[in-house]
Amino acid sequence: MPINKEFKPKIVAFCCNWCSYAGADLAGSSRLAYPADVKIIKVPCSCRVNPMFILRAFEKGADGVIMCGCHPGDCHYSTGNYYARRRMTLLFSMLDYMGVENGRTRVEWVSAAEGVKFSTTMNEFVEKIYSLGENVRLGDLRCKK
Amino acid sequence: MQRIGVFVCHCGSNIAATVDVKKVVEMVKTEPGVIHAEDYQYMCSEAGQAKIIEAVKEHKLNGLVVCSCSPRMHEATFRKCAERAGINPYMVEIANIREHCSWIHKDMDEATEKAVILARAAIAKVNLNAPLQAGESGVVKRALVIGGGIAGIQTALDIADAGFPVDIVEKEPSIGGRMSQLDKTFPTLDCSACILTPKMVEAAAHPNITIHTYSEVENVSGFVGNFTVEIRKKARSIDMDKCTGCGLCQEKCPMKKTPSEFNRGLGNRSAIYTPFAQAIPNVPVIDRNACLKFKTGKCGICSTVCAAGAIDYTQVDTMVTEKYGAIVVATGFDMIKLDKYDEYAYSQSKDVITSLELERVMNAAGPTKGHLERLSDGKAPKEIVFIQCVGSRCADGRGKGYCSKICCMYTAKHAMLIRDKYPDVNVTVFYIDVRTPGKNFDEFYRRAVENYGVNYVKGQVGKVIPQPDGKLLVQGVDLIDNKQILKEADMVVLAAAIEPNPDVRKIATMLTASIDNDNFLTEAHAKLRPVESPTAGIFLSGVCQGPKDIPETVAQAGAAAVKAIGLLAKDKLMTNPCTAKSDELLCNGCSKCANVCPYGAISYEVKEINDHGIRETRRVAQVNNALCQGCGACTVACPSGAMDLQGFSNRQIIAEVDAICR
Amino acid sequence: MSTVNKAELIKEISGVNPLKCMKCGKCSASCPSFNEMDIKPHQFVSYVVNGDIEALVNSASLTKCLSCFACIERCPRDVKPAKLIDAARQLVIRQKGETMLSPNEIPELLDPETPQQLLVSAFRRYRR
Repeated sequence: MPINKEFKPKIVAFCCNWCSYAGADLAGSSRLAYPADVKIIKVPCSCRVNPMFILRAFEKGADGVIMCGCHPGDCHYSTGNYYARRRMTLLFSMLDYMGVENGRTRVEWVSAAEGVKFSTTMNEFVEKIYSLGENVRLGDLRCKK
Repeated sequence: MQRIGVFVCHCGSNIAATVDVKKVVEMVKTEPGVIHAEDYQYMCSEAGQAKIIEAVKEHKLNGLVVCSCSPRMHEATFRKCAERAGINPYMVEIANIREHCSWIHKDMDEATEKAVILARAAIAKVNLNAPLQAGESGVVKRALVIGGGIAGIQTALDIADAGFPVDIVEKEPSIGGRMSQLDKTFPTLDCSACILTPKMVEAAAHPNITIHTYSEVENVSGFVGNFTVEIRKKARSIDMDKCTGCGLCQEKCPMKKTPSEFNRGLGNRSAIYTPFAQAIPNVPVIDRNACLKFKTGKCGICSTVCAAGAIDYTQVDTMVTEKYGAIVVATGFDMIKLDKYDEYAYSQSKDVITSLELERVMNAAGPTKGHLERLSDGKAPKEIVFIQCVGSRCADGRGKGYCSKICCMYTAKHAMLIRDKYPDVNVTVFYIDVRTPGKNFDEFYRRAVENYGVNYVKGQVGKVIPQPDGKLLVQGVDLIDNKQILKEADMVVLAAAIEPNPDVRKIATMLTASIDNDNFLTEAHAKLRPVESPTAGIFLSGVCQGPKDIPETVAQAGAAAVKAIGLLAKDKLMTNPCTAKSDELLCNGCSKCANVCPYGAISYEVKEINDHGIRETRRVAQVNNALCQGCGACTVACPSGAMDLQGFSNRQIIAEVDAICR
Repeated sequence: MSTVNKAELIKEISGVNPLKCMKCGKCSASCPSFNEMDIKPHQFVSYVVNGDIEALVNSASLTKCLSCFACIERCPRDVKPAKLIDAARQLVIRQKGETMLSPNEIPELLDPETPQQLLVSAFRRYRR
């Protein structure tokens, strides 16, 4: 698929406060670049991410949503990421059914020490979104001109 | 509408080199709620903070957005600054335009655009922020230790030495636990009683320690700093104040054929008994299931011989209710039952014993007075076989999946002690792996092999067959020689797996402390908070958290004590204000939130709700702010949207999403 | 069929994950025909892991195993070595198409003492 140079995707990344947000900070302080299309929202734990937020993002024109949390077993709140994992598995399969391709959604476990992983994950994810192009599903038509 | 000030930091050139800070200031000025925007070289510096305070005063701001480095770096700084400026510290949001923007992007236009979007998201969030107050709760300066083994005793002593009163609750008639049953301890071979009993005496004599033996925790309510615990003191049938501990009653008791729990059923005790000679308190109890007086009404000899008149057959269980600030669980372990391992003939032969039974056999105060003899015929054994990993490392559902950790070392100890005392006895150990990680542990094991001639065979035993002549035929394998071994033994000792005390699940439920599938209590963080339960105010000491030997148990007991002291030393607990909050008008009391809460912070209350003029009585969720840690699991589980997280509310996060996707 | 595929086939037929083995040797310790075997029960696992299926199907152990299942009963890791050998037999039977026992022979062998398992496993062995 030819990559549309004009296309600037909107990508929302939910990062848990304890592992992934710190991992993103580490990527920053290690100067590991990833595209500026990714904007991070801090949440206390991946289990705080309500599927509603992700639907809202797509409704408002996001082209991809990624959620990062602590590795399974390492959750600051013991079990939060297990809940998140189950919820996202269900949500993503539903989104796929609704036409939002699986490549537009992703869950990744990034620890506070994995700056490199954070950066490579974001690079991969953005590349994937570029290849998928603009998201046309779920968008609120009233948002568009 | 909020009155928001936006402060963009240059961070020297860290931000300003890639982000056009002046442009960011211009762009955010038109955002809803923004009254004032400015930039400065170093916002975190004294001068930068002074600028913020000045702007708050001048423009009557009530919300702040600081576009700077990561909130993990300076959020606390700017919150304190807001407080100094007279606004609520939780009205501050940070837009991370350094780690998440200027440091990773090279193109100035791109980075500036992203910085503006991040600032907009923070502004959108602050627009919905509400002032939050960190709550306060008091701390009852008293600790409870559940379990009076070496872990509980050590924890209690450490807390008591720090000046706080401690209660120990022990369900047996004496404190001492498993360690009091041991003969010698590895790797130094000092006698267990010699090092334990002084600690028991110290605990009993300590002015800050109260010991409730023959007692159990019946009910726990409350939360960190303020637990209320009901303790059942079982009827001892002895007046503890009158008893002098002379022991005459035990001597005269006619029911001497009751199996002794302390000797693992290998010896007998009387119906009125203390478990062992050094018991603390040295006050016997009457086993009502064995006592003639209670069974038939005829006897009463103990009462007749007791000069102090301490025997009281009419005693009943009493309840003690006490308040505690911290609770330490030290419930310890027991050996697993071996009924599923019939191939080792444990139930068929008296000469197949567990290692804990061997401890009692080797002990001078034990059923054989410390003489190593076969329990079937009292003969001295010539050939002893030890079998390792009986029920440990089992994935077949018969035993435990974990390694019991202590067996390799105590088997080396037993083998060494036997070879030392009875050099003519051959000792063979069948092992899968010998695991000796610990200070001087491997040296100890090698000593058993090299200096004491213990025969270690790599391989397992398939079965033990009792022979008509009383010997035991052991069929095992030597994997190194690739040979099957048939060996006649006089005694077989099984290193049975250890398991958490079966009562611990009941206790964990009362404490809302989490527990794993093997009944070990889970720690708040496997690496960084190993002695705390995820439930605030509950601490873990000893084997209740995982298999441990004595040095590790004592170390963990001390660590648990320090954590408890750290809690008790506080006069007030400041609670994290970013806690969940339930909207009573929306809550339908379905319990979904309580089921996902890892801290047991959610309870239910039936109360009258005024729903837009309609009064009705409903069951609604209540969040305990002292317990809630603010993870937000409940907010997503709530089907009616009643549960929300303060500081990270649904509306706030959605506002951020909207700002980013705009 | 390549050796890799054969090893996979043995795992599939037996339903055994040989990687669960912790090499304790309790199978060999329990085995009544240990001394007659050239490849011992605890070694079955490593032969499958290493993919040396040729040696396994040509070994005497294939016929010496009584299928008493003591090793399955006692294995602490639920590895089931007897099932591996059973699967190896099936692999050979599938190639040769002739079993140790033919159904016609059963009536004369049958007596109330004979365990059914013995007959079943006899079918799984082949004539040399």
